[in-house]
Amino acid sequence: MDQKELRAWEARCVQDETPRCTAACPLHVDVRTFCGLMAQRRFDKAWQTLAKVLPLPSVLARLCDAPCKAECVRKDAGGPIETGALERYCAQVAAPALPPKPLPSRRKTVAVFGGDLCGLCAAWELARRGFSVSLYCGVPGGSLLNLPESVLPQGALERELENLDKLGVDLKRDTDLTMALLDSLAESRDALFVDGDAWPAGFDNFGQPDELTLGTRRSGIFASPAGQPSPVLRAAAARRAANSVERFVQGVSMTTSRQLEGAYPSRLFTSLDNVDAAAPVCGDLCPDENAALAEARRCLQCECMECVKVCEYLKHYKQYPKVYARQIYNNASIVMGTRQANTMINSCMLCGLCEVVCPEDFSMAELCLEARRSMVERGKMPPSAHEFALRDMAFANSDACALARHAPAAESSDYLFFPGCQLTASDPDGVQAAYADLCARLGRVGLMLRCCGAPAHWAGRQAMADQSLSTLKEEWKHLSSPRIIAACPTCLNTLRQWLPEAEIVSHWSVLRAMGLPEGARSDGMVLAVGDPCAVRHDRAIREDVRTLLDRLGVDMVEPELTGELAQCCGFGGLLAEANPELGRLVAQRRADELAEDFVTYCAMCRDRIARTGKRAMHLYDLIYPGGAEPGSRPAPGYSDRRENRTRLREKLLRTLWKTDQSGAEPHEAVQVVFTDEAARLMEERRILRSDVQKVLHYGARAGAQFGHDETGRHLASWRPSTVTYWVEYEQQGEGVLVHRAWCHRMRIKGGRA
Amino acid sequence: MSVIKVPEADAAGWRCAACDEPLVMRPVELEYLDSLFNVELPACPRCHHVLIPEALALGKMHQVEQLLEDK
Repeated sequence: MDQKELRAWEARCVQDETPRCTAACPLHVDVRTFCGLMAQRRFDKAWQTLAKVLPLPSVLARLCDAPCKAECVRKDAGGPIETGALERYCAQVAAPALPPKPLPSRRKTVAVFGGDLCGLCAAWELARRGFSVSLYCGVPGGSLLNLPESVLPQGALERELENLDKLGVDLKRDTDLTMALLDSLAESRDALFVDGDAWPAGFDNFGQPDELTLGTRRSGIFASPAGQPSPVLRAAAARRAANSVERFVQGVSMTTSRQLEGAYPSRLFTSLDNVDAAAPVCGDLCPDENAALAEARRCLQCECMECVKVCEYLKHYKQYPKVYARQIYNNASIVMGTRQANTMINSCMLCGLCEVVCPEDFSMAELCLEARRSMVERGKMPPSAHEFALRDMAFANSDACALARHAPAAESSDYLFFPGCQLTASDPDGVQAAYADLCARLGRVGLMLRCCGAPAHWAGRQAMADQSLSTLKEEWKHLSSPRIIAACPTCLNTLRQWLPEAEIVSHWSVLRAMGLPEGARSDGMVLAVGDPCAVRHDRAIREDVRTLLDRLGVDMVEPELTGELAQCCGFGGLLAEANPELGRLVAQRRADELAEDFVTYCAMCRDRIARTGKRAMHLYDLIYPGGAEPGSRPAPGYSDRRENRTRLREKLLRTLWKTDQSGAEPHEAVQVVFTDEAARLMEERRILRSDVQKVLHYGARAGAQFGHDETGRHLASWRPSTVTYWVEYEQQGEGVLVHRAWCHRMRIKGGRA
Repeated sequence: MSVIKVPEADAAGWRCAACDEPLVMRPVELEYLDSLFNVELPACPRCHHVLIPEALALGKMHQVEQLLEDK
């Protein structure tokens, strides 16, 4: 990612955009912060928020006609926030703020001609920018003096006139505002501003002020348009003129980059979903404190965060995609030092939910997958992040598990059943029953057992994924390219994307078309349907599954995030491998969606949800039920998953194809049992039964390594390739009881471990 | 290269099975991702076979592995 690409990514996330109210306010008051402070009853602090931006705050806050209301997101949920009323209440109760400290003197003189609201504001804005300002007027305040006490109470104007004095404005009261005076001021000062309410006769000759700069035909003379009724727009004209004067005396462009000076549209998106309508509590004025607090609390504190709301991963890192994009860019740019964002990059589930809910289609999946590929290319991918999953994939594609055959006794295949390596690992009996059903009802159905390559793709190892896929493709072609029936939603996606020449259908579509097999359960359960994230964009499959569930007599309950909005279980993108703790949180969040038992059609979703302790079942548990009660089938651990694959292959070869190909490795002969603690540690530490058997076979055979004086236990180690495994055990007859097992990646130089 | 001492390296009670010798602390070179550390670890005084205790593998050693992976 280069700088330009980074900025393109950042620009797509709207979370940092200005709230609509602030963008709509020509003076850009931070209304969101103001309302937030008001709601917390922090009136003095709220007042400082106003006084920081508003000229003559005691006056303007009371006169504010709140153009922000037209853009307030709350307007569609009860009515816009009555910002004007809140400002007036705040002006009434808050401690007065000091006027801003002016910038150092620019040694430039500006005359302000006319002392109505606009002239006073212009003097304020110019003085705080460091100009030496003289304000010429009759009575300062002009028309403001006619306002009733209820609108502008006694003392408010006086306070701000005092503040103008503190800002260094030279107030020339009782001045006759003639054209002659204007001419002479224009000659003697660096610039001149004319209040629209004080245009002397003949001033029209200078033409109407330019909309963007408020400049007139005469260089150095700026004016606000006459007859502007909105107090806020009058103050905004004063600020615009002050900006123009500043540009004018600096001799820079009067026109470039002024788009954000007045009101402008904001791209910030704020959802009103889950927002209850609430009508305004105040009208033009807040009658009391309770009303003001209630009104301020109606403010939605606008932000987007659509993706963060629905994703545990995005929430976990406490920021939002714009910040993540920058962190990912910085992570790649580090030459010396620690890459802080590696785990963050490897924790995205690549599930695409953020892209669906984002108003600008920001895809963290695309960003993170690209980052992973780049890390792999540059040799910067932490080896431990995905190695276990990639070894598992290699195992699923090894001779121990993989298989590609026509149906028994068939010479060709009309279909090829592709259950996927995780379904095979989770529920080998279900896969066997499904294959038998397909053969019985569809005839010539071949079988392919292997991995689709998704883990390599997720790990950013595209070359490895391509390699796996090219073997798959060869085998598929060798079987004369039959139509593929896939049972795993991830396999289905992967195969459709990378094997476009194949005709691929889901097992669910096939079952919908040919009807449920005999023996399918139909005992009217109430189940929460958990769509896997892989079918987010596949409405047809979701409908097929619901039709099947309906035929099974299941009473379906839908979680809030369903269908296109389905959440990942934490397996996607290999999150659970790179960041097991976050993976657990993600699965728990999904398990907690609904109280009902869970049914899904992805083996990983089912197993990960079951591991949280929730009763969860796969659709196969209902369609091809075994003996066990479906919701109680345990989620097999890593070793059992491997064994399930191996045994299924052996069993099918033996029973269907009548060949015995069980070529056991020598270490598999080691008889080993585990204490509960050892089994738990191994699962947590990704240590397989076969790893332990290898230690005991190869490591211990090379010389029982260590013995313990008191416990009598033995300790042996073995390093098959990149990880050293240690096993603490006790001999029990012919076999071994394992007490503890641990591993590390660091190598002892010149040693065996 | 100075020798690093780590409290997790305790292997009290273990002895080398082949040599029947109690273990002694010895400087050992550990290697990961092109980095080399000289650490004092329990080893057999005769055959020099090294023991990596569980607390070390999962504690300091794991931390250093992670750190090196993120370098």
